[in-house]
Amino acid sequence: MSTRKRFLVISRRPPYGSSHARDALDTALTTAVFEQPVSMLFLDDGVYQLLQAQQPGGIQQKNLGATLSALPMYDIDQLYACSDAMQSRNLGVDDCLLPVQLLDTDAIAQLIRTHDVVLSF
Amino acid sequence: MIFSLLVYAAPHSHQAAESAYRFAVACLAQGHSIHRVFFYGDGIHGASALATPPQDEPNLPDRWQTLAQTHGLDLVVCIAAAVRRGVLDANEAHRYEKPGHNLHEGFELSGLGQLTEAAIVSDRMITFGA
Repeated sequence: MSTRKRFLVISRRPPYGSSHARDALDTALTTAVFEQPVSMLFLDDGVYQLLQAQQPGGIQQKNLGATLSALPMYDIDQLYACSDAMQSRNLGVDDCLLPVQLLDTDAIAQLIRTHDVVLSF
Repeated sequence: MIFSLLVYAAPHSHQAAESAYRFAVACLAQGHSIHRVFFYGDGIHGASALATPPQDEPNLPDRWQTLAQTHGLDLVVCIAAAVRRGVLDANEAHRYEKPGHNLHEGFELSGLGQLTEAAIVSDRMITFGA
């Protein structure tokens, strides 16, 4: 497959409670395996996925943070989070397990415009 | 224009599953083509041969199959999402030693790579129900 498109995977749900977050991550990883450039954008409660020291063992769930940590190994290092979503949840980049760029709404609109395919979960 | 659809919502729980079907019909009616319909997450329930809605409600798996037959659509169901939720084809039922299989005729189980491939070759990828 020679064609390359720029993919943006938007993840706006919390890490646990529904399958959205895991499915978004799996989609991003699979797309990277297909050698397509992938960025991820975390919006709304999706920013909770970025937190360090997640302990979902109590609800018999796998640690999504472990999968998230694998993103750079798949060359997915363009990670973005909504600055308003972070601020309103009293979170900062220091709380995140990976380097993430904070974007305001205008910058998010610009980010979406610069991608060929947007998959939203 | 070439479209592909990502169906993430289960029929009967969410209107989105029905909307995806209606969007597909409208696309084809206007002369566009559909490269693939990919069923993911709870959307995989739209590929169950055992779904039995009341007779005065639409049976989405049947309607997808009919549409696929008429227009040669590629209906692909995420194998990981389907198997963990109990929608299996004969191969998977055999592999996991299950007492039956229930993937509707006209659909096939495959990997998430089929979603990526669809997005690469299509002009538009439209998500329903995420």
